[in-house]
Amino acid sequence: MRSFSYASARDSAEAVRLAGRTPGAAFIAGGTDLLNLMKDGVQHHQHLIDVNKLDLARVTESASGLRIGGLARMRQVAEHHAVRARFPVLAEALLASASPQVRNMATMGGNLLQRTRCGYFRDTGSACNKRVPGSGCPALQGWNRGHAVLGGSESCIATHPSDLAVALTALDAAVHVLGPGGARRIPVGEFYRLPGDTPQVETSLRPAELITAVEVPRHPTARRSRYLKLRDRATFEFAVVSVAAALDLRGHFVRDIRLAFGGIATKPWRSAEAEAELRGKNLTVATVEQAGRVLVREAVPRQGNEFKVELVQRALAELLLDLGGLR
Amino acid sequence: MPESPHPATTHTRRTVLKSTAVAAAGATLVPAPAVAASSVPAAAPTTAGGVAEAMEITLSVNGRKHAVTVEPRVTLLDALRERLALTGTKKGCDRGECGACTVLVDGERIKSCLTLAVMRQGSAITTVEGLADGDRLHPVQEAFIRRDAFQCGGCTPGQIMSAVACIREGHTGSEEEIRQWMSGNICRCACYQNIVAAVADAAREVRG
Repeated sequence: MRSFSYASARDSAEAVRLAGRTPGAAFIAGGTDLLNLMKDGVQHHQHLIDVNKLDLARVTESASGLRIGGLARMRQVAEHHAVRARFPVLAEALLASASPQVRNMATMGGNLLQRTRCGYFRDTGSACNKRVPGSGCPALQGWNRGHAVLGGSESCIATHPSDLAVALTALDAAVHVLGPGGARRIPVGEFYRLPGDTPQVETSLRPAELITAVEVPRHPTARRSRYLKLRDRATFEFAVVSVAAALDLRGHFVRDIRLAFGGIATKPWRSAEAEAELRGKNLTVATVEQAGRVLVREAVPRQGNEFKVELVQRALAELLLDLGGLR
Repeated sequence: MPESPHPATTHTRRTVLKSTAVAAAGATLVPAPAVAASSVPAAAPTTAGGVAEAMEITLSVNGRKHAVTVEPRVTLLDALRERLALTGTKKGCDRGECGACTVLVDGERIKSCLTLAVMRQGSAITTVEGLADGDRLHPVQEAFIRRDAFQCGGCTPGQIMSAVACIREGHTGSEEEIRQWMSGNICRCACYQNIVAAVADAAREVRG
């Protein structure tokens, strides 16, 4: 790891002030992704601002929903009684992530900002438009088994690795940030950006902005929600395909539904089209399969990841029928 | 009577490894840095790499306070091994994937390769050296020996620290649950069968 200087911030305002005036600075919380990126030379920062002492780790529930501090740890959120009882997809996505040790360390903010697992991005010997803009994307013609079939461009087809972000996308969450320009609230659907011609810009965060909280609104679909993650081994692995579903059912009739997907797209993928196929209908094999077909209509598969087009449809059908469908 | 095929030797594997390490350190012509720092006054801050000031910090490890001077980029793992000479904690992948570096911080298991020493001032750190009570091994250590839960031993301190936390967390209800909640620790010798048995044994003993 290349050398850097370090300071520990006492509160959010100080953290943002330090970040704003220090060129090449980054925040460090859990460190579980950042330190690997720095060890591998994928990222370098002249200065790290430790935000672990900030009072941003609380999880609170109110009439409007959950407010989860940006520094809340993955384990803490997964074990929270309100999360487990009323937002189960969130607890399930967190427990399907990483390892117990990492879940004790990693925070909400850091999880949302983790970088892609694309091997070309993580290997400084390879070209990568995300790491070195304009250098090319070897994944387009190369090893792309883990890559996106939706939301890609000719610059980048890397997937976003966060399970948490997929669950939050299905829950219509919002990200609260504090920066030199003040505080603002960003709906999770606007937080992540498609790669387009600028895959190095992954979020709508502005320089020196810090994630202070995640807001999860109460909603009739949240209680009957679930996360299905398919991966190459039973545990401690990133998703090949994942589905987050939240349903408001009367019998088998879908009053409302929210669907988000991981592993198949360049950002956590909400499909309003697939939801529209099911809203106001009975959850049957036929309607669920139709929703799956609509989901992948725009898919651009490559040599190594073509199987994901079929796999994600099967995963969706399995999850929805299991949650209350007519088999 | 045939002679023994093995010539008598006074070396064990451990002493051979130790003398090799000393030779390697000697070859680099630097003074051995691996000194337990609790009795050694912290050195004055130095500038290293042209950017970062080394920082004087205090780490609380296994109930003892250690003053050390480290650059910010030094991980907790490297501080434990290279500065405090607590080499029980192993460096496997150094990327958070293998779990060999697992230690407890304020009672919770973490990967010490993925955190900076400067971020852990004021925390109570427990390494595998801190588990035994004098000559009496921790029940998890006893169970690992009884169940033969290792071959090369490279992952064992991490497995043991992880198991201590896993039992405390209450994730030992079944073999499947143990496998799930011990999955952050990888064993290249694939002793998983015996590791799971050892964790189940120790859980029964510790939790009663």
